[in-house]
Amino acid sequence: MATEVHNLQELRRSASLATKVFIQRDYSDGTICQFQTKFPPELDSRIERQLFEETVKTLNSFYAEAEKIGGSSYLEGCLACATAYFIFLCMETHYEKVLKKISRYIQEQNEKVFAPRGLLLTDPVERGMRVVSFLAVPFEVDPDSEPPSQRLPEPRCEPRPTLHCPCI
Amino acid sequence: MGKLRICDGTRWEGLVCDLISKEICCPYLAVKITPAIPVVGGILFFFVMGTLLRTSFSDPGVLPRATPDEAADLERQIDIANGTSSGGYRPPPRTKEVIINGQTVKLKYCFTCKIFRPPRASHCSLCDNCVERFDHHCPWVGNCVGKRNYRFFYMFILSLSFLTVFIFAFVITHVILRSQQAGFLNALKDSPASVLEAVVCFFSVWSIVGLSGFHTYLISSNQTTNEDIKGSWSNKRGKENYNPYSYGNIFTNCCVALCGPISPSLIDRRGYIQPDTPQPAAPSNGMAAYGATQSQSDMCDQDQCIQSTKFVLQAAATPLLQSEPSLTSDELHLPGKPGLGTPCASLTLGPPTPPSSMPNLAAEAALTDILPLKDEHVGHQFLTPDEAPSPPTMLAGSPLAHSRTMHVLGLASQDSLHEDSVRGLVKLSSV
Repeated sequence: MATEVHNLQELRRSASLATKVFIQRDYSDGTICQFQTKFPPELDSRIERQLFEETVKTLNSFYAEAEKIGGSSYLEGCLACATAYFIFLCMETHYEKVLKKISRYIQEQNEKVFAPRGLLLTDPVERGMRVVSFLAVPFEVDPDSEPPSQRLPEPRCEPRPTLHCPCI
Repeated sequence: MGKLRICDGTRWEGLVCDLISKEICCPYLAVKITPAIPVVGGILFFFVMGTLLRTSFSDPGVLPRATPDEAADLERQIDIANGTSSGGYRPPPRTKEVIINGQTVKLKYCFTCKIFRPPRASHCSLCDNCVERFDHHCPWVGNCVGKRNYRFFYMFILSLSFLTVFIFAFVITHVILRSQQAGFLNALKDSPASVLEAVVCFFSVWSIVGLSGFHTYLISSNQTTNEDIKGSWSNKRGKENYNPYSYGNIFTNCCVALCGPISPSLIDRRGYIQPDTPQPAAPSNGMAAYGATQSQSDMCDQDQCIQSTKFVLQAAATPLLQSEPSLTSDELHLPGKPGLGTPCASLTLGPPTPPSSMPNLAAEAALTDILPLKDEHVGHQFLTPDEAPSPPTMLAGSPLAHSRTMHVLGLASQDSLHEDSVRGLVKLSSV
């Protein structure tokens, strides 16, 4: 476990040399948050197709659960309205709970599955739910890593876009 | 980044009326009829204010701008899809088609945010952001109304309509009761504010109740104001045209809009603003001589005007002296960086159409001008980015311009100075 975490940290540090592969949103089901399961050719040599699809499908199912409309979500909505939304000072929304589950899942997947393959999966919530991005870090001793033309130099931590607003 | 939003309006009629009624009618009515009247009025008032503030200060569902890597990746994909190489002639405005529930929906590319907008999202030119499930930008509330704050907006207008009806009814009651005691004219003399209140409430009732009714219709059919105005899902467009987002029955539509899950905000509103990361410069071979530098690309329209003037004056004053390459590049470089919009935001007052004419004219008129490869950014920095800008019109001249420019490079320095001064004049004339 310690070595896995260490690997992950190493990966993050060398993220500046990484190639990025972006999985875009799939809007065929409407406005709900789903990502395309089409396998990107850049990951061909890195990861099995089935594993990739399974990951994306699991993420999609998590998001579907977060946005599910049913009795429990109505109840939460009505309760929130009745308490003038003060209840959210005390408890998290269902959506936020699922988002936490998703980030735990992604962390786990990174440690167990992706780091050994030199990949790093970023949480879509950090990218404004636009993309799921895979960071393909070149292996140190791997002679056939990504060609230099594909490398995009960029700062390791991208600040989230901000709106300068004096309000909450 | 998005512009600073200032909350600049409230529904003042409701407020004023309520305050007046508190001062004048309530003591009378509380005694005459029941003290519950001011209590209910007070509750309604606080509810209205609460929902107003909530609508005003919550994130409507802003979509953060794409990171440079994502934008580059999308561009690459588009280029591959269109079968063209990067640079040179630009393909027409980008759209993607998606089939949702049997209806074909076009997803437009937002040049400001550098994303393909999700369905039902729209770019608000006032807030300068793409907003999910964009309804409209409400000036009364000083914020966009979108996915995350639509229910608060609806509750605001609904409660405000109840409040206005409530106040109107009790102002009339007040006047009637007083006139029963002392006669109509005396009643009006005793409480002159009631007249004003009645008039204001009367007009408010019509507008606010009308608006509530309209939004009730929109909620029950799961449409946004934007879609309704454009008639996206109306039957007039065709028999097969229906709303793919509707859940079929009114009850479900209402429940989803009002009690559905609220997604958390995707933006970091308390963070410090980071300067926009500069786009990687993409000069082609012909551009090297003109060497566009970082500092020049940060120039504003006004700076450019000043530079152009300076350049023309210098060219006129010293016709035999060689021009420095830096001057030439100063004059020629069109504002292309995304970061340019931010420092200039304060300069563009009102709708950004006036500045948009400038780069267009400059591009078309100055045919010998070099259009740097950043031309894909030129138009949409200033244009209202709701619709795709018109790069094709600008770029129709660009292959021609490029060849002419190469020719210019070969001329003697005096000729180039003359050309540059002409360019400067043309640029000035277009400002």
